[in-house]
Amino acid sequence: MSDAVRDQLSEAEGPQTMAWDSKARRLITIYLPLACFLLILLFPFYWMTITAFKPNSELLDYKNNNPFWVSSPTLDNIRKLLFDTQYPRWLVTTMGVAFGATFISLFSSVLAAYAIQRLRFKGSKWVGLGIYLAYLVPPSILFIPLASVVYSMGLFDSPWALVLTYPTFLIPFCTWLLIGYFKSIPYELEECALIDGASRLQILRRITLPLAVPGLISAGIFAFTLSWNEFIYALAFISSSEKKTVPVAILTELVQGDVYQWGSLMAGALLGSLPVAIFYSFFVEYYVSSLTGAVKE
Amino acid sequence: MSGAETISWTPVRKAPSPLARLFDSKPFLIAICLLPAFGLLAVFLTYPLGLGIYLSFTDTKLGRPGVWVGLENFQYLLEDRVFLNAVWFTVFYTAVATVLKFALGLWLALLLNENLPIKSLIRAVILLPWITPTVLSAIAFWWIYDPQFSIVSYVLVDKLHILSSYIDFLGTPWHARWSLIVANVWRGIPFVAISLLAGLQTISPSLYEAAMLDGASSWQRFRKVTVPLLMPILAVVLTFSVLFTFADFQLVYAITRGGPINSTHLMATLAFQRGIPGAALGEGAAIAVSMIPFLILATLFSYFAIGQRKWQQGGSDE
Repeated sequence: MSDAVRDQLSEAEGPQTMAWDSKARRLITIYLPLACFLLILLFPFYWMTITAFKPNSELLDYKNNNPFWVSSPTLDNIRKLLFDTQYPRWLVTTMGVAFGATFISLFSSVLAAYAIQRLRFKGSKWVGLGIYLAYLVPPSILFIPLASVVYSMGLFDSPWALVLTYPTFLIPFCTWLLIGYFKSIPYELEECALIDGASRLQILRRITLPLAVPGLISAGIFAFTLSWNEFIYALAFISSSEKKTVPVAILTELVQGDVYQWGSLMAGALLGSLPVAIFYSFFVEYYVSSLTGAVKE
Repeated sequence: MSGAETISWTPVRKAPSPLARLFDSKPFLIAICLLPAFGLLAVFLTYPLGLGIYLSFTDTKLGRPGVWVGLENFQYLLEDRVFLNAVWFTVFYTAVATVLKFALGLWLALLLNENLPIKSLIRAVILLPWITPTVLSAIAFWWIYDPQFSIVSYVLVDKLHILSSYIDFLGTPWHARWSLIVANVWRGIPFVAISLLAGLQTISPSLYEAAMLDGASSWQRFRKVTVPLLMPILAVVLTFSVLFTFADFQLVYAITRGGPINSTHLMATLAFQRGIPGAALGEGAAIAVSMIPFLILATLFSYFAIGQRKWQQGGSDE
């Protein structure tokens, strides 16, 4: 249902609905609650940002300053984070892990989804169901045995441990999403190519994949975000400070002692979220479609 | 499948190389295509799942293989008040947070389904809590919950004069529990709202018009048109939401680490604390394994109680 059609409909039924759907009523029942939702959902980000730019004198003094604003903004917290900590290294590690895990997952998922959805074989629906079930296994029941697997493979405290374990939750998700996309590509296109003498792999490369590009982008950015945000594996498998990922490092390296440096903690939280947020702003529509696509399929 | 026959019918086709023929044979291609995904999942998902169950019956320590101790870990845990408390709190946390997330998320989805200006911008902004790393927004909540400099306390005490003293958000067990639930609900609302919005948008407006013509009130339209048509998607979202809330780790680990006095441990955080820093892999695995029956139960419940099986399996069933 497109918005344009809805608009037309509501205009067409305008005269009858005007009586009860008046402006004031709309304001109270729709805009006011919506504004409250937006305020609450966004406030922590505002608070994070404003705290990151506050000098310590303002940070802990609500009597003489308005806590909701910052009168003399400072870049001290951010400078400290960038130059006095290993933040740049954490960022590079996280990027590398996220790209590696995304690449592996996307590669495996495309092939698996193609096999399940296009090469139809006996039991392919059971394979699909198995992959769906794999998605329902939460990392928090796997990390202890995985730690022992990683340890015995000699990958403990190595970013490779993360690159190889992240696909366990990325592959089921991406495969599921791509099955949905492949299903929307008309089967006839592939049959035409088969008649023209293309091999199966040529069909996948020349016909199916180009048509599934939106699906690939959705799956890719989603996998990237999930790996960027992953926490429990990165916390359990990595112990040396310089190899940590951003979310883990900010929590474990910046929180030290009893007096919390809220300014630099918030700067860390802000800078750690920013790459994902920027990434997100470029691909909003793909995020929404992969989120809803994954739920619908 | 008529593909192979079609090819042999083509008259002017030069014989393909053996390699190309191999890649055209379906069983081989299926095996090759499924290999990477299944290899990774077998090594890093299925095997650890089995290993976890095995470990829970041993007294393995980190870096030292253990011996089979049967049900000893579980017997010990059943008398461990910290564990029992964690089980209780995990169930409570999941139940309360899920109900709140769905009530508020559905409300937000209904609001977003109205004709709004800058709708896509609002939708994009609403998803922010969900895409930012949970630990980092949890740190922001930690700061909001600071006993001395909490902005919420400041507004309630110094600006609105509703309360007389600052709230100790994380200092007492019940305050800490509710604070965690609020943070979890905050993070969960966008996912629920946006997925339900997608479900709402598939409902044809003509159904509402028909109901309106028959004189249905707006509550009746919601109850008799929206809710039944939203049920299938609701069931899927509910399954995911319950599973991931039950297995939540990051929020609690970042904000309270299970304290004060172990009152806010979830099963996952307790398993981590005993298993990794405490090095008792066997006991940690036993705690993690005790989550499995709850997870299966929750999945089955939302699958059979609310889900419409046929629709849900549409993805693999055609």
